[in-house]
Amino acid sequence: MKHYLLSIYQPAGELPPGDLKKIMADVRHVDEELRSAGAWVFSGGLHPPETATVLRRRDSAMTMTDGPFTEAKEHIGGLTIIAVPDLDAALAWGRKLSAATTLPVEVRPFQGVA
Amino acid sequence: MSTGSGTQIEHVFREQYGRAVAVLARFLGDIDVAEEAVQEAFAIALERWPRDGEPPSPAGWIITTARNRAIDRFRREAARGDRHAEALLLHARAQDQETPVNDDRLRLIFTCCHPALSWGSQVALTLRLLGGLTTAEIAHAFLTSEATMAQRLTRAKGKIRDAGIPYRVPSDTDLPERLNAVLEVVYLIFNEGYLASSGQTLSRGELSAEAIRLGRVLVELMPDEPEARGLLGLMLLIDSRRPARTTESSALVTLAEQDRTRWDRTLISEGRALVRRCLREDRPGPYQIQAAINAVHSEAASVRDTDWTQIIMLYDQLLLYLPTPIVALNRAAAVAEVAGAEAALAAVEQLDLDDYHLFHAIRAELLPRLGRNDEAVRAHQAALDLTENRAEREFLLRSAAPR
Repeated sequence: MKHYLLSIYQPAGELPPGDLKKIMADVRHVDEELRSAGAWVFSGGLHPPETATVLRRRDSAMTMTDGPFTEAKEHIGGLTIIAVPDLDAALAWGRKLSAATTLPVEVRPFQGVA
Repeated sequence: MSTGSGTQIEHVFREQYGRAVAVLARFLGDIDVAEEAVQEAFAIALERWPRDGEPPSPAGWIITTARNRAIDRFRREAARGDRHAEALLLHARAQDQETPVNDDRLRLIFTCCHPALSWGSQVALTLRLLGGLTTAEIAHAFLTSEATMAQRLTRAKGKIRDAGIPYRVPSDTDLPERLNAVLEVVYLIFNEGYLASSGQTLSRGELSAEAIRLGRVLVELMPDEPEARGLLGLMLLIDSRRPARTTESSALVTLAEQDRTRWDRTLISEGRALVRRCLREDRPGPYQIQAAINAVHSEAASVRDTDWTQIIMLYDQLLLYLPTPIVALNRAAAVAEVAGAEAALAAVEQLDLDDYHLFHAIRAELLPRLGRNDEAVRAHQAALDLTENRAEREFLLRSAAPR
């Protein structure tokens, strides 16, 4: 099995219009499907980027900054990690997740054979 | 007895490279390693065949030699504790050697044309792995540097490996969509060679030949897919006009002005036989319909003798599959031959194709027939301005227009 990261990209600021309740239910449904297929490794939604803290090593000191690494038009709103045989299987889950969230989903392979 | 000269080996190379890489990629589980092994086997052939003569089955010899060399190398590397080599060796041992070769080539085609790869990568991989073209040849054909093309190929093969793009024929549910992607890549290669044949470099014409060769492979591997047959028929019928399509000074000659006695009759009869078979099977699709349109052109002695009513009907059918303004524009050009310039112009003016040089070119042709000469001059100028723009060529490549 290979591990893939499915990142859900969300536009900055207000959530896109849409029935949030339905979206939540649809995402939960995909999650359950993943678990019963034995492909689920981890999933979770994130608090907005302004809650982030960045650590950086500068010379010998560690500095800390308030806010995300980069301000961007889109940020990762949530992520799911799956274990599946190949990219086609990962893309099939990615498609479901994108349909459920109504947002773009990036599928990216992890290094190493798990 | 065959002497196995360098040119013969080159011939075997062109014919068998894709097949050998396909078998080895399954067997070795890694495209890069497969390519290396096949190249090594050809290097050995180059050394041995002139001396010992060509083996009875050159392709089998290449595959066996490549496989043995690769396994030897994995053993040596695995013995030194290389875990990647160990994994490859395990994979190779687990492979059933009896899988038919055809399945391997089909797998490789679907891997090269995987939609997770960019268009450019799909085309480059297909030409490299299935066509056996060198990186330099592909770079030359696509007017880019060898270093850029090498980088693109390395990146694409890296993605296949690291992202886990599977090496297999897609499932029945995914097959129509995936097959369509394969056909598009082959048609793109064909058009790149066909459209570029005016003026530029001659070697680009070989891309069309390569696309036709790939088209034949697809028909051979997927005999039940009428669209594969339609694509091959379409390419053959378009290519039949190549000898008449340019003047000696490489200027483009339009379909109306072409000397039809120079059309290649062998290609036409093969193309038309494919179209007839598609019609009998009666499972139409966009490539088959475009092939049929070109078949109608191929049987007419002149523009006037062309069965334009039939062509308009075919365009109507094509619009159901490809409802694009470019198809509508081509239909309008056919309407001009049947219903006159006014009806055609009305259809053309509805289309949102201001950036497409043929839109203006067709207007420039129709307007004078209605006495609107000033507008015609402007349309002609607009067509010229756009033709000088290289972007228009890219645009053309994506169009489904018969030329």
